[in-house]
Amino acid sequence: MSEDLKFRDPDAAEELAADLEELMDRIDDPVEIMHVCGSHEQVIAKFGLRSMLPEGLSITMGPGCPVCVTDMPEVDEAVALAEDGKVVATYGDMFRVPGTRKSLADAKAAGASVEVVYSASEAVDLAAERDEEVVFFATGFETTAAPTAAILQTGPPENFSVLSAHKYVPPAMEVVAEMPDTDVDGFLAAGHAATITGYGLFEEFVDGYDLPVVVGGFEPIDVLYGLRKLLEFLAEGEDGLANAYPRCVTREGNEAAMDAIREVFDLTAGEWRGIADIPDANFVLSDAYAEYDARERFDIEPVEGDVDPLTEQCLCGDIMAGTTSPEECDLFGDECTPSNPVGACMVSDEGTCKIHLEYGGRPDL
Amino acid sequence: MCLGVPGEIREIDGQEAVADFWGVERRVRLDVVGDAVEVGDYVLNHAGFAIRKIPDHEVEETMAIYESLFADDPDEALEEIGSQGSETAELELGGDE
Repeated sequence: MSEDLKFRDPDAAEELAADLEELMDRIDDPVEIMHVCGSHEQVIAKFGLRSMLPEGLSITMGPGCPVCVTDMPEVDEAVALAEDGKVVATYGDMFRVPGTRKSLADAKAAGASVEVVYSASEAVDLAAERDEEVVFFATGFETTAAPTAAILQTGPPENFSVLSAHKYVPPAMEVVAEMPDTDVDGFLAAGHAATITGYGLFEEFVDGYDLPVVVGGFEPIDVLYGLRKLLEFLAEGEDGLANAYPRCVTREGNEAAMDAIREVFDLTAGEWRGIADIPDANFVLSDAYAEYDARERFDIEPVEGDVDPLTEQCLCGDIMAGTTSPEECDLFGDECTPSNPVGACMVSDEGTCKIHLEYGGRPDL
Repeated sequence: MCLGVPGEIREIDGQEAVADFWGVERRVRLDVVGDAVEVGDYVLNHAGFAIRKIPDHEVEETMAIYESLFADDPDEALEEIGSQGSETAELELGGDE
């Protein structure tokens, strides 16, 4: 199957677009597909794929940006640790995400030690080089949770700890599917998270919600192919599960990575910024690894006080739930820009708002 | 953060490897790759960790796809593989077909 799919082959793209149109004629109802991955949104926006879709078919980005769903009090914890003299290491995307009062970038500007790392192992290297306590503010979904788990299993230096804000996507899909304002007909699931978890785990979701799920890859043809698969299910009136990204994703996933995650983390309920308190969707360190848990090791003072009034106008939560588009937010592109972000969706390269601003927004279909 | 990028393994020392991404060498951890990896194998790299060994028969196609993906934006590729800026590194992307 994938042998026939050459990237940016206009003939293949047109053929797929024609298939989508034919399927939409058969379905004869508007269809909304949600994807849950910033990299999907980048491909969709960058290559103008929405302009190729037949009338009635829309693709919305759901809670697919790990930086964006990191809750404000989690950012506050990292800022508090940095201000308390710890070296805080984190991924570049997290650096400018606003907390209640400050971002890590603000803390660094005021003299705190905040280091951007590219990988979890760089955070460990930093701890080996420094005498101070190094706290790795660990964010992201399964794809970055597995590396965090792996470095903890290798016995990092004593001055190393983890402030986990890792999140687990599947329960969030359930919450979004149940939201009264969302009207999702199917999910295009994220290929690389499924590389870790395997696509088999969506079976339960498909059965529970009667919605089709197709795991999709990250080239334009991959996305169109995934959409066709979803519409095929819908045209037959079926739920169903398919893997449209077989060159990376298997049913079982990466068992070594999942074993590491299961040993090091427990799943607990927690807030996804702006969306909801979601059961079993936050990774916290298990008892066996409590000695590396920054929340166990340090007293972290919660931040008191009011948020920036602009933050109260921010629609990031609704945008991540897929019920509002960035262009409907009064702040979009005016008070809120990538260089001066109000909400997290404008900070990360995977945030819906930043992607829409960068690529000219959603084409008018 | 979520776009894994394929690279060719050049050296292996325990769980630590060096991989070549279109001419740029980066360290890659092998802790969670889940398969035995040898020099010459291709892996999908995600934030400094290999998350999957790309099967031999899929290497060529996968590389072509990523070359096309990054052809108009080598800086994006550098960012994905965690290289700082493009002043020191020249990316040898295959370019458009």
